[in-house]
Amino acid sequence: MNLLRNPKIAKRLSEDIRLSVMGRTRLMEVCGTHTVAIFKSGLRSLLPPEITLLSGPGCPVCVTAKADVDRAVKIAGQKDVILTTFGDMMRVPGSGTSLGEERAKGRDIRVVYSPSECLGLSAENPEKKVVFFATGFETTSPSVSATLISAMRLKLENFMVFSVHKLVPPALRALLSSAESRIDGFILPGHVSTIIGSRPYGFLASEFRTPSVISGFEPVDILEAICMLLRQIKAGRPDVEIQYKSAVRPGGNPKAVSLLNEVFVPSASEWRGIGVIPESGLKLRPEFSALDAERHFDLSLPSSSPSDDASGCLCGEVLRGISIPTDCPLFGSSCTPEYPVGACMVSAEGSCSAYYNYGGTSG
Amino acid sequence: MHSLIKDILAPSLDIKTFDDSARLRVEAESLAFTTDSYVVDPIFFPGGDIGSLAVNGTVNDLAMVGADPLFMTVGLIIEEGFELHALKEILSSMRNAADKAGVRIVAGDTKVVGKGKADRIFINTSGIGVIPVGVHISGSNARPGDRVILSGPIGNHGIAVIAEREGFKFNPPVLSDTRPLNLLSKNMLSVTKNINAMRDPTRGGLGTTLKEIAVSSGVGVLIREDAIPIEAGVRGACELLGYDPLYVANEGVLVAFVPEKDAEGVLSAMRKNPFGRNSALIGEAVAEHRGNVVLETSIGGRRLVEMLSGEQLPRIC
Repeated sequence: MNLLRNPKIAKRLSEDIRLSVMGRTRLMEVCGTHTVAIFKSGLRSLLPPEITLLSGPGCPVCVTAKADVDRAVKIAGQKDVILTTFGDMMRVPGSGTSLGEERAKGRDIRVVYSPSECLGLSAENPEKKVVFFATGFETTSPSVSATLISAMRLKLENFMVFSVHKLVPPALRALLSSAESRIDGFILPGHVSTIIGSRPYGFLASEFRTPSVISGFEPVDILEAICMLLRQIKAGRPDVEIQYKSAVRPGGNPKAVSLLNEVFVPSASEWRGIGVIPESGLKLRPEFSALDAERHFDLSLPSSSPSDDASGCLCGEVLRGISIPTDCPLFGSSCTPEYPVGACMVSAEGSCSAYYNYGGTSG
Repeated sequence: MHSLIKDILAPSLDIKTFDDSARLRVEAESLAFTTDSYVVDPIFFPGGDIGSLAVNGTVNDLAMVGADPLFMTVGLIIEEGFELHALKEILSSMRNAADKAGVRIVAGDTKVVGKGKADRIFINTSGIGVIPVGVHISGSNARPGDRVILSGPIGNHGIAVIAEREGFKFNPPVLSDTRPLNLLSKNMLSVTKNINAMRDPTRGGLGTTLKEIAVSSGVGVLIREDAIPIEAGVRGACELLGYDPLYVANEGVLVAFVPEKDAEGVLSAMRKNPFGRNSALIGEAVAEHRGNVVLETSIGGRRLVEMLSGEQLPRIC
């Protein structure tokens, strides 16, 4: 652990970076945990000015669409429903209200730390329907799969999942396909990659000629990943490399992946600020339809629901790496972690909240 | 009501007179006077409870301006149906805490409210202390050149309470650091009266407290991440839950700004006190970047430390 925070190693790596950078370079750290680690360690202060680090769409709270929050609110408003979700989702604004506000009004909405807690809740409340609002990437979806399989085995009839799970690789494809993209390399998420491995990112190099490195979360890991990216750029040989070798194998975790595939199937999904991306979400397979909240409840919304950008919030541009949080007119004035307008300000791992809490760009 | 005060509150807290007010005799040039209310949930947590917290909190508020705490009052707001044995336990914990700090509880009051009108028990304490002549400690008195001294590891209280509330089990358990700091501050003041600023970083943690001092004193503050003591259990819990230990609440550490020439002496006096055994020099006040706290990180990077805003939420991915 201490080696990974060793100032001598950090200094050597940052000198390597200084020597190998060739002009303006825009690198995107996809994962919110990386964003926070970068700010917390003051890593930017060790980088040459030519390197810009952009925060990507890797914070599950930030990319959950307003419409999906509205749907969760709608489910919570049904008779005899207990809606459960992860803590961060409570404060995410939908188009009108948040789950937290709805709870204050008396709706039965509960925070869980693990989806499996919902099984106990279902057994204790046989007269109620327990609906888990499932957000998150490939890191969380396998545990939801396992919970659904257990619920099926236990023949629980009052447990359901409303899945808005997202997949990382299709979002990166969408970012690179957009004309406005100016990303020279990706620092890929460590946790997601322990599940899916490095192969699903192969298209970054083969189709888009964009270098990428799967990185660990210690400051020295991230510096080394940046070194590796710069070497790929310099050599003109884009690749998918693994820096986080202690945890990530090219084939990922086959058991977790097969668990995922047993329960879920990829489907189009709406990302806040980005829009609908094909094959970027996870829906329940027909075999699990009895546990699928989407089949159980009418989740259609009034067509007058305001669009994502109505407030002037730049979360979408920030998630796409076009703007940085301080470009947003609402940043720090009408949008703060205490009173967030956009989802990027809600989660501790959202890029706006990281910029706010760690003093703007000076981190 | 009569029996609650006469039979339980008064004997538990050693309150001897039942007039409408306590009569106090105090000789001093200046007094410190403070009040605080305690609504912690859960009321019992590893390392303490709402009773010891309520006494230590007020004792520490007095100690942070250099005052010697003398007298304290206690007000209890109790929800109907609250268990008597829990009340007795809390009162005995208050009495113990007061004895340890050497402060006398001289007046008390209880009110019982209907079910659902309060959450089990709320406690208010007020305290009076004497400030020694020549002591002028204030959050706005820090000067460039001052050394920043921290009395012990940070983050224990916040993690202990969160763990109890959310049912997390840490092995070994993280204990709250709730404790009186008045003897420690007395030891410090016996070395020099020139302590410029002193605070106990409670809600908002060390980061928020240092930023407040930087802003009110108009100085820059530079601290070194590696110098800040943090117990392994607290560090692990913070990494697990996505918290920054700089913003986790404490109830038993203080941070002081001391002129350079007195810093060594104050530090060694602190280390002789059991509550200051792990005291550390963590940085200094500087004339640059006034109003800002800069943290030199373990890897040699630098970043700003801002005030905590909103809540720290557990991460979900």
